[in-house]
Amino acid sequence: MAKRVPEVPGSSLADIAFMLLIFFLVTTTMDVDSGLRRVLPPMPPEDIEDTPPINERNVFVVLVDQNNRLMVEGEIMQNVEDLRDKAKEFLENPNNADNLPEKEFKEIPYFGQYEVTKGVISLWNDVGTQYGTYIAVQNELVGAINELRDELSKSKFGKSYIDLDEDRQKAIRQIYPQKISEAEPKKVGGN
Amino acid sequence: MSKFRKDDKKELPPVSTASLPDIVFMLLFFFMVSTTMREVTLKVKMTAPQATELSKLEKKSLVSYIYVGPPHQQYASKYGTAPRVQLNDQFANVDDIPDFITVEREAREEAEVPQMITSLKVDEFTKMGIVNDIKLELRRVSARNINYSARKKVEL
Repeated sequence: MAKRVPEVPGSSLADIAFMLLIFFLVTTTMDVDSGLRRVLPPMPPEDIEDTPPINERNVFVVLVDQNNRLMVEGEIMQNVEDLRDKAKEFLENPNNADNLPEKEFKEIPYFGQYEVTKGVISLWNDVGTQYGTYIAVQNELVGAINELRDELSKSKFGKSYIDLDEDRQKAIRQIYPQKISEAEPKKVGGN
Repeated sequence: MSKFRKDDKKELPPVSTASLPDIVFMLLFFFMVSTTMREVTLKVKMTAPQATELSKLEKKSLVSYIYVGPPHQQYASKYGTAPRVQLNDQFANVDDIPDFITVEREAREEAEVPQMITSLKVDEFTKMGIVNDIKLELRRVSARNINYSARKKVEL
């Protein structure tokens, strides 16, 4: 009979595994980066030709000054939360009001001829504006667009925007594009 | 009654530790799968602002990070307390960003370059001045896809 090979002791396995575990705990992080996606405008060409004039009713001006105060379309706004409804009203223009942006007919897949707003949100900030406030404002503007997309999607397809397939999402994105222009900074209000 | 007395005399067997390695391995695999390697050591204090309309950055390999914030305590004597830019593992100036982007681009395949995203991890109390300078530099090198890093708003 062959000699019995002694069994490999398994009691240190736990220690080895613990060591590996601790190594991974120390060297890795769990956070998944998330945030607000934005595409910056390209640099203007050297020979600046005249930019086509934009009708004033089509621009939604949001100003944030160095004291983090908010001014929307010439009026001071106390709460950032009010901005969302105001921006939605601007982009949707449900009653085709004269002071809200024009619309033009465009051929959109799934929708056919559809009235698309010409509205553009223009966000101005001061050099001294706090980044946190700036993001809060951006967040409300993005939120307004997301809510409009969701409402349209629910009335047309009966599901939320995020549950739609890529083609339908694209169609809705054409109707409510994320047109937020971030202007070059300037002194906004007060000294 | 004698039934109980019999038990008292017996000694309690020690808890078997044979399954301990399995449990620890399970934990280990959980952490290996759900976490990612730490890429840089933060030299600036950075608390991301809160927001609700977040989108996740999907392709991590295409993301380059720019950190902005006041330097940590141990660097404060050398670099001051004003917000600074951190690229990779060191403090940098805003003018270093084009070089940084070029290096990042060279590390990727050419076809992936247009999809690259620059994530701005900026402290919420930073003034917009430095952020605007960074944005301008990024526009100059046409790295136009950016992401304002933010964390999920905690409902109170």
